[in-house]
Amino acid sequence: MKWEMVVGLETHVELATKSKIFCSCSTQFGGDPNSHCCPVCTGQPGALPFLNRQAVEYTVMAGLALNCEINRYSKMDRKHYVYPDLPKAFQVSQFDIPLCINGHLELSGGKMININRIQLEEDAGKLIHEGGKILVDYNRAGVPLIEIVTEPDFRSAEEVVEYLEKLQGILRTIGISDCRMQEGSLRCDVNISVREEGSSQLGTRAEIKNLNSFSFVQAAIEYEFDRQTGLLEAGKPVFQETLSFDSVSGKTLNMREKEDADDYRFFPDPDIPAIILSEEDIKRLRECIPELPEARIKRYVSEYRLPEADATLICKYKKVADFFDKASEGLKNPAVAASFILTQMFSKISTEVAREQWASPIPPEFLRDLVLLLEEKKINHNLAKNIFTKMLEEGKAPKSILEAEGISTDEVIDLDELCKSAVYTNPGAVEDYKKGKKKALQALIGNVMRQSRGRADAEEARKILLELLKE
Amino acid sequence: MSRIVQLRGMLEKKQISCRELTESYLERIEKQNGRLRALITITEEEALQTADTVDKKISKGEKLRPLEGIPMAVKDNISTMGIETTCASRMLSGYKPIYDAHVWQLLKQQNAPLLGKCNMDEFSMGSTCETSLIGGAKNPHDTNRVAGGSSGGSASSVAANMAAYSLGSDTGGSIRLPASFCGLIGLKPTYGSVSRYGLFAYASSMEQIGPIAFSAEDAAIVFDVISERDTRDMTSKGISEKTHPQLGRSLSGLRIGISDEMLGSAGDDVSRAVREAADVYRKLGAQLVPVSFSLQKYVLPVYYILSFSEASSNLGCYDGIRFGPAADKYDDIDHMISLTRSMNFGREVKLRLLLGTYILSSGPYDVYYKKAQNLRSIIAKQIKEEIFNHCDVFLSPTTPFTAFKSGTNLSSENNGDSYTTMANLTGLPAISLPCGYDVDNMPIGMQLIGKHFCEAQILNAAYMFERETDGAFLSRLETGYEI
Repeated sequence: MKWEMVVGLETHVELATKSKIFCSCSTQFGGDPNSHCCPVCTGQPGALPFLNRQAVEYTVMAGLALNCEINRYSKMDRKHYVYPDLPKAFQVSQFDIPLCINGHLELSGGKMININRIQLEEDAGKLIHEGGKILVDYNRAGVPLIEIVTEPDFRSAEEVVEYLEKLQGILRTIGISDCRMQEGSLRCDVNISVREEGSSQLGTRAEIKNLNSFSFVQAAIEYEFDRQTGLLEAGKPVFQETLSFDSVSGKTLNMREKEDADDYRFFPDPDIPAIILSEEDIKRLRECIPELPEARIKRYVSEYRLPEADATLICKYKKVADFFDKASEGLKNPAVAASFILTQMFSKISTEVAREQWASPIPPEFLRDLVLLLEEKKINHNLAKNIFTKMLEEGKAPKSILEAEGISTDEVIDLDELCKSAVYTNPGAVEDYKKGKKKALQALIGNVMRQSRGRADAEEARKILLELLKE
Repeated sequence: MSRIVQLRGMLEKKQISCRELTESYLERIEKQNGRLRALITITEEEALQTADTVDKKISKGEKLRPLEGIPMAVKDNISTMGIETTCASRMLSGYKPIYDAHVWQLLKQQNAPLLGKCNMDEFSMGSTCETSLIGGAKNPHDTNRVAGGSSGGSASSVAANMAAYSLGSDTGGSIRLPASFCGLIGLKPTYGSVSRYGLFAYASSMEQIGPIAFSAEDAAIVFDVISERDTRDMTSKGISEKTHPQLGRSLSGLRIGISDEMLGSAGDDVSRAVREAADVYRKLGAQLVPVSFSLQKYVLPVYYILSFSEASSNLGCYDGIRFGPAADKYDDIDHMISLTRSMNFGREVKLRLLLGTYILSSGPYDVYYKKAQNLRSIIAKQIKEEIFNHCDVFLSPTTPFTAFKSGTNLSSENNGDSYTTMANLTGLPAISLPCGYDVDNMPIGMQLIGKHFCEAQILNAAYMFERETDGAFLSRLETGYEI
């Protein structure tokens, strides 16, 4: 029997607002425990929430970027459960009228992943187990989150990972979240069930909670698929349960049975008036959404003739793509600029976080100037690489590096003239070459390079010299 | 007839220092509080410190702000930084808040000497003050009787002249009922007039902080200070115009609605006093308009369902983790939380929390909560169409009866809130003012409900009644400093 997996995703994304959702405390990650706290986010009696408008707008932007309908009338609801990291014993979330509904995200093969809803809510604090005690840090309590819920449209772990990568790219591009899985600003719950291929019925699902890296997502789904098919093939039932993923053993573990559904006692939060969005609000937010990665990749491939892999990598980081766009202005062949970014700059700026932040030592105009010198054949590729290395080290423009090296770029190199001169002034080498000493050609190329102070294109010179030597 | 204006005049004319004035209040508190249980916490040091600050200003000849130097008390569910705030519950015994409520901030800015925190029903849940951890506040007019609730201590302290005025909070009648029982003025402002920031929540969608005072003018002066808009409360709108300067306007042409059914359902003494008051208004030029309110019988059930639901959510923060006394022997964290709540909440609170929790669970939610919410809008619509389309102000008794003996068991259908709660469901401003005495010489109160944010209109109506009747019904237990 062939089995098919059915997966739906709930992704939690922390919004990059400066202050928390209901108070003016900082949302910054880290900090001493309970240093970003106030009466509101620690649930002191009498404290009241004040809804951060920016958090609402960011949620709407996420919805617009993910092709959602935006509810003009929305509201915040209280979701009750008791846990020490939840200071009010309820989480303010959205129940029946979330801000965004009915969206979708397209995977590379053209497959649509339908998005059921995007809701705005608050994060909880964190428990710290120390010396047999449970301590609570409320720094994270009240950080605004959005939960993006998909339909059960995924059929493989690869699809899930592609979706998450695309989602991360989109949300970073619109600037509403840094989406750092390692800091928990993007984390997801996977709902997975298994059924016979071709069946239209859904199997019993398990929920794997709080996965915080793409590779864990992939591994957890694959493990859970094998586990559930194993059960079904052995004629055993799959239970509805909540699982956690143990990254060391690579297994999913039971957290709690989920046989009777939790009763969260949702009701509208009486302290927060309904959220009303006007046509103008939505129009203004739509205008705030920059070109999304998908469109940008397409543009780079069709207009700039970049290989798709290069375009995808550049568009993974919005700031890199912005840098590339600036560096490409007026270039005949932007792919050359892309390759400088992807090779030399990426090896210098190597971590995910650093690329995301893209603290480039040079402005994009310097890279453009360098590529222009190449396009005008004033320098060759090797020299360009060396100059670029120095530019990145010293943060200087290509011209000032060349000047410091005593290389002038004012005159255009006449490669034919240089090659002719090399042949005429080195009869010995010509003689050797004609006797079959192929190495002698290197000496002639070396001469051309010296004459041009390293700016000539060695490959071009080789071709011209070979022609001259035939005569 | 303003106690506040009178005292401020004495301070400004240096007939008495603020310290002397404050000490006189503290003396009366010392003499009477043991018997009346009006205050849970007495804040002598805080009061005297503030008094000294005021005296310095007076000695420099500076002009005093409206409430500057006037000693007062605040209900024990209003957050006062560093000063124990307990909601009359074991759950918060010893709890010193880490921030100030908006209203307390405003009073502090006025240099208002705080004499103490007023007794109340535990977490405001009650209408007699008797669910308080320390026992209910007594009625100074007859100490065998209740002061009313939940703001019983706020009324008892003012009636016994242990404070010049006080702040209470009103979720279903909790300012107006004790004001009525103690012969005082109590104002429940429009929902949104006064910030709830720092009011320990019971039913968020209905409650407001407001003054309990000797006279309408006092209530207006206090209301004008505390009704400043606050950005920390999303439901706070503040008021556009001060009410105090609007007192004294003619009532000629004012349309006062009155319901015969409602009057008929009150006790004889009460309905007679209110009818007589209506005649006074007629004499003042107002026009009496008969109105009816057929949905009145649904007001209390709707109020209970919604307020218990909100309470079950609002009181979730009392888990013993961050503040308040906690259980010390337990198996795990869930056990600790449930033990803490079992130990520290009183019977009435537990009852309301259990009911509220049940009502919000799936199933009962549709049967009770949703239905009550719908009915709340229907009631509001009827009140608008059947009452306020025909009149400017609605007149009724505040309660069907006067203060009763301590320990009386009230049925939930007849607990004294039956006329007051309609203002909470609709957010309308309402005032209770004394209008007579019953056979036992206990004060009778009447209620005026106004349109949204028309506090000035009901305060003025109360003020004009006082003036016309020469303050005959104002509390005369102690008149404070004789000039």
